[in-house]
Amino acid sequence: MSSPLSTPYREREESVTLERIEAPLAGTEVEPDAELFTVNMGPHHPATHGVLRLLCTLEGEVVRDVVPLIGYVHTGIEKSCEDQQYWKAITFVERMDYLAYYFNAYAFCGAVERLLGEEVPPRAQYLRVIHMELNRIASHLFWLGTSALDLGAISMLWWSLRDRDMILDLFEMSGGQRLHTRYFQVGGVIEDIPPGFERKTRDFTATMRTRINQYEALLDENQIFVERLRDVGIVSRERLKGLGVSGPLIRATGDPWDLRKAMPYCSYEHFDFRIPVGTVGDHYDRYRVRIAEMRESMRIVEQALDGLPEGPYVTNNRKVALPPRHELATSMEALIHHFKLVTEGFRVPPGEVYEAIESPRGELGCFVVADGSSKPARVHMRDPSFVNLQSLHDMAQGELIADLVASIAMLDPILGGIDR
Amino acid sequence: MIDPTGLELVARAVRGAVGEGSVRETIHFRGQSTLDVRPDDVHEVIRFLHADADEPFDFLASLHGCDYFPKEPRLAVHYQLLSSERRERLGVRTRMTLEVAESGALPTVTDLFPTADFQEKEVFDFFGVRFAGHEDLRRLHMPEDYEGHPQRRDFPIGGEPVLYTYNEHEVPRWYE
Repeated sequence: MSSPLSTPYREREESVTLERIEAPLAGTEVEPDAELFTVNMGPHHPATHGVLRLLCTLEGEVVRDVVPLIGYVHTGIEKSCEDQQYWKAITFVERMDYLAYYFNAYAFCGAVERLLGEEVPPRAQYLRVIHMELNRIASHLFWLGTSALDLGAISMLWWSLRDRDMILDLFEMSGGQRLHTRYFQVGGVIEDIPPGFERKTRDFTATMRTRINQYEALLDENQIFVERLRDVGIVSRERLKGLGVSGPLIRATGDPWDLRKAMPYCSYEHFDFRIPVGTVGDHYDRYRVRIAEMRESMRIVEQALDGLPEGPYVTNNRKVALPPRHELATSMEALIHHFKLVTEGFRVPPGEVYEAIESPRGELGCFVVADGSSKPARVHMRDPSFVNLQSLHDMAQGELIADLVASIAMLDPILGGIDR
Repeated sequence: MIDPTGLELVARAVRGAVGEGSVRETIHFRGQSTLDVRPDDVHEVIRFLHADADEPFDFLASLHGCDYFPKEPRLAVHYQLLSSERRERLGVRTRMTLEVAESGALPTVTDLFPTADFQEKEVFDFFGVRFAGHEDLRRLHMPEDYEGHPQRRDFPIGGEPVLYTYNEHEVPRWYE
């Protein structure tokens, strides 16, 4: 065995100098300053929040151009919906934006209810509000965990997923599923909330209040986290509006545009909540706005639990909603309705509507065309992630490539919604 | 929301500014208002509603296509305008035949609303509507060598064979 001293290790060490070298070493060429360099990022990249592919043109480390290339998870959900009865299409649309499934279901059900002219009972509306706001918290928690992970705060992911799991437990309690619950149906919700749901929800909001304070203390006191977000990715409000951006991104620029307040639906006008807005419009404001939104969502959930009206949880119109199980044994009409609804579905009079709601990422619009049959002639989702993605170019241009990752994180794109 | 009277007033203003034949029809359905306009006039109508109208619309919420097959004219493009100040929505719809859509008669609105960029690409991808003046009209969701426009109603569901090792030889040009 040779001794370590016999290798040329020591000699090599002596060749290292701390002095400045004037001439470049042999074999390396200094690149001209203005040379542009095109780098492919994704589609399989951990920081792209899904299968998003970016073609980045770099000058050194500075991003000069970003072109998002999408379509890697395009599954043709809109096309598939045209071959499904209305009540079966709910299952499809839920899978578009897979973190905000209650919102997708509500946009579609709301559009079909508008086509039918169907009234939703107040209890069902409140139950919908409770679930949508819980879903908003869950979606923002997932965003918080993955975004902090992108910025290097790895432990946030586990903590936010721990809290998101508490919400999924609640969803499992009410709808039987943790993800893609298909809890909303045309005319109301599928089932009333079980005993114990209210207490568990109140436990959750009480716990979550302190948890959010902890997360804020953890991240806002973190010099690295704040430095990476503050004064980065500023885009003017006019430009964002022209790009069609909505949701927390536009609110971070100081525009208090929220469809829950501006055009209330689903009895949101009954609740007292505030719209957080930013003052600078940088990534830090986008982060703060979403954190503040979670607090407001918890206030809405508590108010909805306090004021939960008695009454039916689904419309009494047997032509639209299934009759209760106990009627099937005694009522011939109930059996016929059940049979017709399950085999054929309900028919919707011809027409076309556009129903827009405020999803965790912005305006989620559902455009449904009915041709009088029991299947929709066209279902289109105006997904906020899809439209917001166009602003990535403006956010990232002129910034460092490391900030591009922060921009994607603060944009919060969900590729299932973008590609549909 | 714009009521039926308000919709007629908007239609009259548009007809006065753009041309008598520009608005073909006004539709008020379930509390939502829509103007049906001629494809050639779409850009002028939206520019008028966006910039010059007494009550302008500042936001293009959505742009999407639709196929009314077997009705004619079958293809349509919908524009959902929004006024965040008055909190009003107005739909603008234009219907055209397949030939008109593919000939590139419909003007783009990307110069008025940059948000239309992706959405017009999507409509082109799924319905084959060629927007005149769009700088970079290409497929967005489907592969660039894809043939056909899958959201058309006469495009069959399941028209795309799923490739597995055992059946890849049965698909024409499988080796490409």
